[in-house]
Amino acid sequence: MNASERQQRLEERVLAPLTGFSQTWFIWTGCLIALSVLGFIAYAYQVRDGLAVTGMGDDVIWGVYISNFVFFSGLSMAGTFISAILRLTGAEWRRPLTRFSELTTVAALSMCALMPAIDMGRPDRLWHLLVYGRLESPLLWDILVIPTYLAASLIYLFLFLIPDSALLRDRTGVRVSGARHRLYSIFGVRWRGLPEQRRRLELGGTIMMLMIIPLGVATHSVVSWIFGLTFRAGWNSTIFAPYFAVGALYSGTAMLITVMFIFRRVYHLEEYLTEKHFQYLAILLAAFGIIYLYFTFAEYLTVTYKLEGGEDLLLGELFFGRYAPLVWFGFFGGQLLPVVIAAIPKTRTIPLLVTVSVLANIGMWIKRFVIVVPSLSLPLMPYAWGVYTPTAAEIFITIASFAGFALLITIFAKLFPIISIWEMTEGWEEEHSAAEVPPAMPPAQLAPQG
Amino acid sequence: METERTSPQPAGKSPRQPLSRRRLLGGIGAAAALGATGVIPLANHVSAEPEVKASASTGPKRQWAMVIDLRKCEGCTTIDKAPQCVEACNAEHFVPPGQEWLQVFEVEGPGGHPHFLPRLCMQCENAPCTKVCPVGATYHNEEGIVLINHDRCIGCRMCMAACPYGVRRFNWGEPENPPGAALANYSPEYPLPHRKGTVEKCMLCAHRAKDGKIPACASGCPMFAISLADMTEDVATNGKDVFKFSRFLADNSAYRLKEDLGTKPRVWYIPGHGQEYGHHVDDNLIPKEPRSWQEQGMTLDKLEEKHKAEEHPQTEGAK
Repeated sequence: MNASERQQRLEERVLAPLTGFSQTWFIWTGCLIALSVLGFIAYAYQVRDGLAVTGMGDDVIWGVYISNFVFFSGLSMAGTFISAILRLTGAEWRRPLTRFSELTTVAALSMCALMPAIDMGRPDRLWHLLVYGRLESPLLWDILVIPTYLAASLIYLFLFLIPDSALLRDRTGVRVSGARHRLYSIFGVRWRGLPEQRRRLELGGTIMMLMIIPLGVATHSVVSWIFGLTFRAGWNSTIFAPYFAVGALYSGTAMLITVMFIFRRVYHLEEYLTEKHFQYLAILLAAFGIIYLYFTFAEYLTVTYKLEGGEDLLLGELFFGRYAPLVWFGFFGGQLLPVVIAAIPKTRTIPLLVTVSVLANIGMWIKRFVIVVPSLSLPLMPYAWGVYTPTAAEIFITIASFAGFALLITIFAKLFPIISIWEMTEGWEEEHSAAEVPPAMPPAQLAPQG
Repeated sequence: METERTSPQPAGKSPRQPLSRRRLLGGIGAAAALGATGVIPLANHVSAEPEVKASASTGPKRQWAMVIDLRKCEGCTTIDKAPQCVEACNAEHFVPPGQEWLQVFEVEGPGGHPHFLPRLCMQCENAPCTKVCPVGATYHNEEGIVLINHDRCIGCRMCMAACPYGVRRFNWGEPENPPGAALANYSPEYPLPHRKGTVEKCMLCAHRAKDGKIPACASGCPMFAISLADMTEDVATNGKDVFKFSRFLADNSAYRLKEDLGTKPRVWYIPGHGQEYGHHVDDNLIPKEPRSWQEQGMTLDKLEEKHKAEEHPQTEGAK
């Protein structure tokens, strides 16, 4: 297969899902929209009647909203972060993964940013954060860092989307509606594939990569400090920021495996998203998982050994009490099993990997829940344990947030190629020039068509 | 009960401001006059109307604190009533039913003797709650009281997560307000009406201190176990006795709750030193459920009458 055939095949494959709507797509998107609408209705009830519609109370003051918040911020961490690290280190296998990784980050972070607002007792006073914001409050760090990370991730996503948007602008001009053509023209920002444009893209990209990595770490650190800066048993820990960051990388990588599998299946991208890519991500998953297990061990050893008053009660409830089934499932199903499956080459098959990556994220959600809720239900004074059961409103809003996450990815994947075409081409060019040392091929495939 | 005595004084105040705060009478003022600890500058407070202006011109501020004598607290089980401090608090602040800003717990002391422990806001000097507030809605006033500005609170409940004493309460739904509360002059020092989606807590009856009265819980306690103290003047009173604050703490092995956290609470507890206190495990003393302001039939008018009744006897006592 020569270069131009290969290129043509790639474009056909990757661009095919952009045009034409199948019935399944309508059903899927319709379901997601319906679930999101249900969530909006639940939220409308919550606004009318106050947070009294939730299961939270004066003891357990935070529930699934904050669990979702931590979970989504975790999901968001891996995508852009991994994409940036792999690009910076020049890992060739990143090329088909970057686009949907960045997309996963943006989608997860959008849901993450909504959660504290949904949890707020006075959403009408959101603007107080801008007017009266106090930098001393860990919550304000979140308010500053998360939108910054979201903005940076959006810029990062759309920056590397420029050449592909230009391609779509020039290629599909006939087939798509005028509105869509205009969209591609906007995002294509007069890209012609000129050497100067390429240089600038590379420079801008490098700056963004260098910004994204500390921002990703910062995001998860500030999320952890909402808990880590209090006196509560189970939260009062110096390890929380790195512990949360590694947990985020772990859960985010698992989500990338899941998203990659779905796109590969639905869009028939087996040729580009190969077994090898699953293997590599699995190695990352195992590595992050092992560090996470180590941190878990370090965290629980120090508190279990000392058994301070409050910690003693909390650990009893976590390991042997009311939360024991969740904790043990989270540990074995969500942490240990995925690490083992991902670490052993023999078990590192696609079906098994996808199964454990879903398990890992169920486990991580549970982990977030058992970090938030039990510490709050632990009595600070001699009174009874707090009780918390999520109500229908909370469950609907949670489901809606997951639907929203999927919806954002679905809509984006309908508008833009889920694999970065120009990066694939660039990879082939480099391969080609390295092998034959001919003069560098002009970026013909990115050049304007007439 | 002394505090329940009412005298039908003509109400000279507009209904918009149900709580008089114009004169310093009784309470700490009387305490200072009687005590040998020095003179509290009464004049500053006589014309304390607007308080902000007055406070700017005066010298050292009062620093309110509290001391609770656990030797005296029986959880009101001996008089067969619900804890009177809690009921007084509920009535004074129209505490939304379902909340209790002041709670009485039964805890086990050293030696296995259970005793009662009234727990209100500790007014920590190094307060974890004020640190974490993203909008500065909870803060220390000049007199060391931790207040909440309910016009600013966004209801994130970060302060509730941070408080190591579990003091703070949240209006999850629309809170019950007494009739006429909508017209009340809201101030963080007397937070009425209560607002949905905001955090509430004990504020050491900052409004009563302005009028020279001890907090509602202290004045409601039939055992005179709760005292208000001014750390600047080093004087404390429970409404009956007046004593030198620091001396009282030192002589009676006073302690603070969770002192090792370094929050520097301004509420001290007296466990007794050698004396018997608390009760036997088998005594099975269970405090009754305190009544809410609704169950007590409290209204804004009644509250004002009560305030006037409190002023009167104490004025005479001071002479």
